[in-house]
Amino acid sequence: MNDVLLSAQRLTKRFGGLAAVNEVSVDLWRGRIHAVIGPNGAGKSTLTNLLSGDIAPTSGTILLGERDVTGWSPERISRAGLGRSYQKTNIFLPFTVWENVRLAAQSRAPHAARWLARADRFAATNEHASRAIELAGLAGCKNRIAGTISHGEQRQLEIAMSLATAPQVLLLDEPLAGMGTAEAERMVQLLLRIKPDHAIMLVEHDMDAVFALADHLTVMVNGQVIASGAPAQVRADANVQSAYLGEGVQ
Amino acid sequence: MDFATFLIQLLNGVQYGLLLFMLAAGLTLIFGIMGVVNLAHGSFYMLGAYLAWSLSSLTGSFALAIVLGALLSVAFGLVLERVLFRHFYDRDHLDQVLLTFGLIYIFEETRSILWGDDVHGVSVPELLGASIPLTDNLSYPVYRLFMSAVCVALALGLYLLISKTRLGMKIRAGAFNRDMAEALGVNIKLIHAVVFAIGVALATIAGMIASPISSVYPNMGSQVLIMCFVVVVIGGIGSVRGALIAALLVGLVDTFGKVLLPHLAGMLVYMLMAAVLLWKPEGLFRQ
Amino acid sequence: MSAHRSHLEVLPRSLKVLLAAGLLLLVVFPFVGSDFYAQTIARMMILAIFAMSLDLLQGVTGLVSLGHAAFFGLAGYALAFLTPAGEAVSLWWTLPTAMAAAGLAALVIGFFVVRTHGIYFIMVTMAFAQMVFYLFFDNKVLGGSDGLYVNFKPAAVLFDFEDKRVFYYFTLAMMLLVYAFLRRLLWSPFGRTLAGIRVNEHRMRAMGFATFRYKLAAFTLAGALAGLAGYLWGAQTGFVNPELMGFQMSAHAIMMVILGGMGNFAGAIIGAFAFEYLLLWFKDLPTIGAVDLGKHWQLWMGLFIVGVVTFAPRGLLGVVERWSRRKELHDE
Repeated sequence: MNDVLLSAQRLTKRFGGLAAVNEVSVDLWRGRIHAVIGPNGAGKSTLTNLLSGDIAPTSGTILLGERDVTGWSPERISRAGLGRSYQKTNIFLPFTVWENVRLAAQSRAPHAARWLARADRFAATNEHASRAIELAGLAGCKNRIAGTISHGEQRQLEIAMSLATAPQVLLLDEPLAGMGTAEAERMVQLLLRIKPDHAIMLVEHDMDAVFALADHLTVMVNGQVIASGAPAQVRADANVQSAYLGEGVQ
Repeated sequence: MDFATFLIQLLNGVQYGLLLFMLAAGLTLIFGIMGVVNLAHGSFYMLGAYLAWSLSSLTGSFALAIVLGALLSVAFGLVLERVLFRHFYDRDHLDQVLLTFGLIYIFEETRSILWGDDVHGVSVPELLGASIPLTDNLSYPVYRLFMSAVCVALALGLYLLISKTRLGMKIRAGAFNRDMAEALGVNIKLIHAVVFAIGVALATIAGMIASPISSVYPNMGSQVLIMCFVVVVIGGIGSVRGALIAALLVGLVDTFGKVLLPHLAGMLVYMLMAAVLLWKPEGLFRQ
Repeated sequence: MSAHRSHLEVLPRSLKVLLAAGLLLLVVFPFVGSDFYAQTIARMMILAIFAMSLDLLQGVTGLVSLGHAAFFGLAGYALAFLTPAGEAVSLWWTLPTAMAAAGLAALVIGFFVVRTHGIYFIMVTMAFAQMVFYLFFDNKVLGGSDGLYVNFKPAAVLFDFEDKRVFYYFTLAMMLLVYAFLRRLLWSPFGRTLAGIRVNEHRMRAMGFATFRYKLAAFTLAGALAGLAGYLWGAQTGFVNPELMGFQMSAHAIMMVILGGMGNFAGAIIGAFAFEYLLLWFKDLPTIGAVDLGKHWQLWMGLFIVGVVTFAPRGLLGVVERWSRRKELHDE
């Protein structure tokens, strides 16, 4: 069953006279990865920020499941079932890996505001956190301070934190950023592992990973969608080739 | 309220607002460009008043006192920036708050040692001592108009400096992207020193020209500092235009408030600030 | 606010031993020291409560408030208003009432102030606190610049506050209670959320936390606890004036928290004692020749503050930590 878990329709964001995102529509289906690619400045980050609620759109709608979440604050959208990871690592550097993920999981706990009990004694939260850490392959370094682990491990932590809130929709912003070959391969495996249970939007520059992962591909240039469809199809599209892929990539 | 009284209050409100602008402009520029909050900004205002008092008794001329005072304040600003503030541009706001709070103590006590704790008056220079008659028994002091004129002139000067000169362009470039400006050959250290000195000078000059009206007394700095902060919060940090509009707003609200609603007078400006915060938590003209 | 300033949340063994020794000293002091000094120590304990309340806001949640003293002073004034001219009032209902008043003021002011960030937050907290200051300073009805007297110390059926020793031990008990409560809070889900907000509020929101509500709750709780300290201050000194609410008092509190080391409440206690001791020491300096050094205490205090910020921004605990880490490296 191809549930559409997130549907963005004709999203536009103007900054002054400039349209950073112009009439962009994106659908995310359960169990599928929808990759969004494009040159720098194409508006991919802005699109991600629009979907996560960090910026409000100038026009257009965003539907999460049946609900219209256009203009909702980031925390409300998160609670409605959306999670995201960041291109620039956005974790809690002074906390341990475990605490980073536990805190993320705690956001869903009904006891989140309790004042006197010890935070690390809540079984349900701990379980969600453990599961996310396992999935992300971080069990080995869970007691290390997040600021001391390797870049690749920090990127994995980014994912673990976005998983810990048990979202249905995931927005992943360049998860492979700055990774070497081995680390990138591990990340691709991670994403394939989590794919069946989520609807994923993947913004990426690493073309190997994109073609290994994407079920659906959208190409953005200058804020607009110039092609969208099955990866093989998009790859062969003349517009795409001249605007983007044709510039000496594989 | 009859027209003459209204006119007087209007002129007073504008004059107070313009004076606040002199202080707020310096504060907001220094914060906008170097990222430093300075709780001791009010101390420069106090310094100006005390300089006006001692220099005018020393030289016998108010005009000479102003000129000398302005030069001294620029020098003081340059030294302060070089020795202390420069090292705090990249520090936490908390550290800056504490540093400048410590400075307030140092400045206050130094003032007490140098000039004592008594209240002093500065006489309005003869040339500007007249009053313009408005009705049979109401007149408006020329000196207050002079104060407003000086503030307007300095504000205009600041505007021209920032938007029309090369120095101003460098200042704006530095504010926008420090590293890039430096890479393009702008001497950022010099720019920062100049901006800081301008801020100090504006505050000191404000204190000097206000001294015949406000008198010269300890703690005059902290009273004006609070109003200055309110102006910057309402106007938006880093925006000189915002500081001007907010300063005039605050000046008028405070002045008319004292006349129309005396019981609420002290609180009105804060209520204005609270209202602005509900609508725009980062000020009216946030950069 | 800053990633560099890492917080010492788990107290090292050596510090726990030091605190225990300090506690022992505090317990026996009234029996070995003079009455006058016992009063001074009691005042330091009151300031320690005030500093701990600020540490919750500043050290744990990362909100630097220049207006925290407003809630301290308001509770003192509440006691003054509730105490009639001719007799004492009961501790048992006036203390909670004063704390509630301070907490309510914090809730109202917090509602406006907590929506701002960074430097704005610092400036608006200062502005609102000064508003409260001027409200009391300018209105004779509220005591004006002269302040108000608390004619009789509060009466508590079980103990008599007119006995200075009783007051001392009550204050000590309150300080310990607040410390235990706040330490518990630090490790609770609520405390962990506040710490998360300090380190990365943006990510907390992205994870679904309604950070505004948490910050407002912290602001209100901190205000109520500051009120506890203010009430005790009014009860001890018998006098309240607008200076108790001014930004100088707030800045002193910030200094205490920084001096001791932020974020673990033990530092706040140490900082309060150290700062207050230093202040008294400066004021007591002798006259050398024609110069009365003590009179110019503001100069020494100002230089001290500038010195601490420049050379030891993480306070005494930071210095100790750096020293012990250097020792560790040396021993390896």
